[in-house]
Amino acid sequence: MSALFEFCLRMGDNTLVLGHRVSEWCGHAPVLEEDIALANTALDLIGQTQLWLGLAAEVQGEGKSADDLAFLRDAWDFRNALLCELPNGDFGQTLMRQYLFDEWHCMMLNALRSSTEKRVSDIADKAIKEASYHLERSRDTVIGLGDGTTESHARMQAALDYLYPYVGELFVADGHDEAATKAGIAPDLASLRDGYDAALSATMAAAMLTIPDDKFAHKGGRTGRMHTEHLGHMLTQMQWLQRAYPGASW
Amino acid sequence: MYAQMVKSTGEGVKSRDEMSPEEAAFQDRIDQDIKIEPKDWMPEGYRKTLIRQIGQHAHSEIVGQLPEGNWITRAPTLERKAILLAKVQDEAGHGLYLYCAAETLGVSRDELTEDLLSGRMKYSSIFNYPTLNWADMGAVGWLVDGAAIMNQVPLQRTSFGPYSRAMIRICKEESFHQRQGYDIMMKMAQGTEAQKKMAQDALNRTWYPALMMFGPSDKDSVHSAQSLAWKIKIDTNDELRQRFVDQTVPQAEYLGLTIPDENLKWNDEKGGYDFSQPDWEEFFDVVRGNGPCNVDRLAARNKAWDDGAWVRDGLLAHAEKRAARKTAAE
Repeated sequence: MSALFEFCLRMGDNTLVLGHRVSEWCGHAPVLEEDIALANTALDLIGQTQLWLGLAAEVQGEGKSADDLAFLRDAWDFRNALLCELPNGDFGQTLMRQYLFDEWHCMMLNALRSSTEKRVSDIADKAIKEASYHLERSRDTVIGLGDGTTESHARMQAALDYLYPYVGELFVADGHDEAATKAGIAPDLASLRDGYDAALSATMAAAMLTIPDDKFAHKGGRTGRMHTEHLGHMLTQMQWLQRAYPGASW
Repeated sequence: MYAQMVKSTGEGVKSRDEMSPEEAAFQDRIDQDIKIEPKDWMPEGYRKTLIRQIGQHAHSEIVGQLPEGNWITRAPTLERKAILLAKVQDEAGHGLYLYCAAETLGVSRDELTEDLLSGRMKYSSIFNYPTLNWADMGAVGWLVDGAAIMNQVPLQRTSFGPYSRAMIRICKEESFHQRQGYDIMMKMAQGTEAQKKMAQDALNRTWYPALMMFGPSDKDSVHSAQSLAWKIKIDTNDELRQRFVDQTVPQAEYLGLTIPDENLKWNDEKGGYDFSQPDWEEFFDVVRGNGPCNVDRLAARNKAWDDGAWVRDGLLAHAEKRAARKTAAE
């Protein structure tokens, strides 16, 4: 498969899987404004999925659609970072996961605006506006809850401790990433790390939260080598109608 | 509108002779279609009735997220998932405008929320029915939002300014909701045998609960008479129900689906359909808390509120700290 195809899957699966997770909140948020914001975030991510997986299907050239890729692949073919598929946990864990992703997502999309592949830079131009808003909100919320009550601080620290080992994967390149970088499609992932770490430090300092010392990184989502147990359960729900009634048009 | 059986003063409509000069001047403004604004004088009964009605409507928007949220994670295509998310987001937004409209009458959103969570205030009976197959997302848009629009379009002319303005915004979005619902039904009705079965099943289960949304016949209700006189309510429940049936029957025929009513028949003389009434015993059971989903819906809202307490407290504490730091720096 081409580097461009793999690259689009990795972007599209991130937004699909995270968008799905965020959509699980529907109607259950702590306050009405958060119900609206969570639905809005999920909606943006699903919209971006249509673009990335649409381009992946086009590049693949097998006559498939974005829906075929979303609903008819099994877990081993998913290429999202593990961070995106982790369960929602409490609201703090959901917003911490969102922040850790958004910070990376914005850096990535910004770099992709100068991709040599025009179809990629076009998607990045559109998605960056939404992602910047997501980042502003998730950062503010992480700071607000980190620097809130004793309880909210403890919950946010627990969320950071749980999620931080999943951050490193976002910056580890494999052969496909290197090919995409060489072709000018995407930036060198490792080159984003310093900026990310600086932003993370600033946010966590404002949130009175401590970034774990251990830099261990769980990996395997972006390459498809080994997802968490959580992804399969998500797919049983997400893909159920398409699987139970094959060939139907919805 | 998602308000049913809203209590008014409980007394009959006052005649002109019985009105105080203030009440008469107020009624004159209503009769001349001049909007009442929050700072204007208004009878206490008008204010209370509006709080009940707007509050019930707002609560319905909030609880109404749940039956649709039930299918967001199972939506069969990316586009359907996106549309459903947009719709549910609109509903939460409607809840927000309506709570704001109610706040202009001197009741806070938190007070109204407490009343919902404790069961003191109601939401529309329709949301106590389950959504069991994907075609329910079609039926909810087509019939439930359709019935809501039937009620809300006249309410754009309701006498209380903030409520009327909220309705104008809401109606624009509701018509999109109804169209997307009908679009789902169309796909299903033209689809495979299994999809047709889902569509008919959804219609069978949703039809009578949708007719109940207009509330029982209000020809003898003092509450309705007063609300009509104050233009909080514009049409009677029976007028709206008839209009809804007349509009919906040809749509069902176009889909090739059968409305589950053997007595449904065009009546030339009245220029509308004759149809069976829903089972009003069932309606009163649902209103009393015995619908298929009442307990689960209220439990879900209570859990969301209770689980979210630390978030609300945390953000409030942070805002206070920030304000204190700002003051200290000045």
